[in-house]
Amino acid sequence: MKGLKIDGAPSIDELRGTPGYPGIERARKGSIAFIECIEEIPCNPCETACLRGAIKVGRPITNLPQLDEDKCTGCALCVAACPGLAIYVKTYDYREGMSLIKFPYEYLPLPEEGREVELADRYGNTLCKGKVIKVDVSAKNNRTAIVWAEYPQEYFEDVVTMIRL
Amino acid sequence: MRVWDIVVVGGGPAGLCAAIEAAKNGARVLLIDENSRPGGQLFKQIHKFFGSAEHKAGVRGLEIGLQLLKETKELGMDVWLNSKVCGIYDDNVLWVVKDERKSFQVKGAAVILCTGAVENSISFEGWTLPGVMGAGAAQTMINVNRVLPGRKVLMVGSGNVGVIVSYQLLQAGAEVAAIVEAAPRLGAYGVHTAKVRRAGVPFYVSHTIVRAEGDGKVERAIIARVDERFKPVDGSEIAINVDTICLATGLTPLAELAWIAGCKFVFNRVLGGHVPWHDRYMATSKKGIYIAGDITGIEEASTAMEEGRLAGVSAAAAIGLIDTERLEKIAGEIWERLDALRCGPFGENRKIAKQQVMAGGDEQ
Repeated sequence: MKGLKIDGAPSIDELRGTPGYPGIERARKGSIAFIECIEEIPCNPCETACLRGAIKVGRPITNLPQLDEDKCTGCALCVAACPGLAIYVKTYDYREGMSLIKFPYEYLPLPEEGREVELADRYGNTLCKGKVIKVDVSAKNNRTAIVWAEYPQEYFEDVVTMIRL
Repeated sequence: MRVWDIVVVGGGPAGLCAAIEAAKNGARVLLIDENSRPGGQLFKQIHKFFGSAEHKAGVRGLEIGLQLLKETKELGMDVWLNSKVCGIYDDNVLWVVKDERKSFQVKGAAVILCTGAVENSISFEGWTLPGVMGAGAAQTMINVNRVLPGRKVLMVGSGNVGVIVSYQLLQAGAEVAAIVEAAPRLGAYGVHTAKVRRAGVPFYVSHTIVRAEGDGKVERAIIARVDERFKPVDGSEIAINVDTICLATGLTPLAELAWIAGCKFVFNRVLGGHVPWHDRYMATSKKGIYIAGDITGIEEASTAMEEGRLAGVSAAAAIGLIDTERLEKIAGEIWERLDALRCGPFGENRKIAKQQVMAGGDEQ
């Protein structure tokens, strides 16, 4: 893969070099936001949305969001706040052998809770099956649904979304 | 002839904000728009806006549109819809044709032109086949008229417009077969390209469309790799079965009224071509004529709204409704917000281009 400006999606190497992308070691300790925002664009709703002050953009507002891995609890308030739909919350040890992802989703129909779906990587390739745990359509999300899905831990970093229904 | 304090031409994000600021400061305002509903492109913008809270970041464009319409109602200005401004004479007199049959002359002590922009097209074999359209046209069909232009789409151009419209076509239920980009790197914000890529849409950089094929309608697009001089490379053609080809190949400022009025123009490639010269208060070289939004150079709704506010306040000051001290204070605040939007790798070019326009010189 050749990176964001050729493929359209950020590569793992590009992501790992940015201040909003936590290491897998941190994710083993509990839920945390993965901010896949690697370009300096004028935008800071993630910073405003976080009640714990775990995301810092500061000035100028083109700074990349910086995640404070100690303060972030993985509450997912930033997930629907991000206009770029570029934040996921992931939990490595959700249950035996399984991780959990909370991802933004703006397509209809929405999946039902309990349904088995196909989960995909940043290039739209199907990686594995996952089970929808919850679909959060609360008003604060302003019509961006947040889908919770569990999936095998071996795909922890690569899963970012589901195949549309 | 009827006379207003301030006449605003164009009711998009820039025009609505200009009219609102002018009316807030006590001006009697006439807002003219050629469409049946004001709002310009805002009602097509179903995505959440970027920026910070003061730029209404996180709010969807259509919600911003509704909010601005509510403010115009509360302020009680005159709004003429289905009305085209066809000419502009000396002393800020406008020729308006309403409902395609009634002709009027109206005059503003100040006039603010917020006429927006028009989509660029590129020509290629088969481009007149039904199914070839501007990306903006497709966006109007899906988001305003709720009509799907086709089942399977090729997008030409990877700037924010091309990629955002591709995303919205997916949301509307179409398939986007590919996005082609003649440059070697993608143009849009990476978060936009990432959104469509993870939905399975492939990008082809250094590729262009060479031909549309089909019997009476688009059935296929032929794309090809381009060399460093953007010429298609023989033998690199790929056929993609699509029924719709959307062109997102840039925009040009709609500045005819400023030309007719005799405003001084400057050429700036970054801003989309010829744009009227203006000062830091959005005043043109013609007394009493102000501009805001895409007519001043292609940007985004967020910057258009700020420029509109600035033009509205400046025009109100010019007719004596605001004193110089207050104007300076408000202008300073608006420029701070504009500067915040025009920074970083995507904004810096526009900031420099704007400075070139205000300095009156052409780019080198």
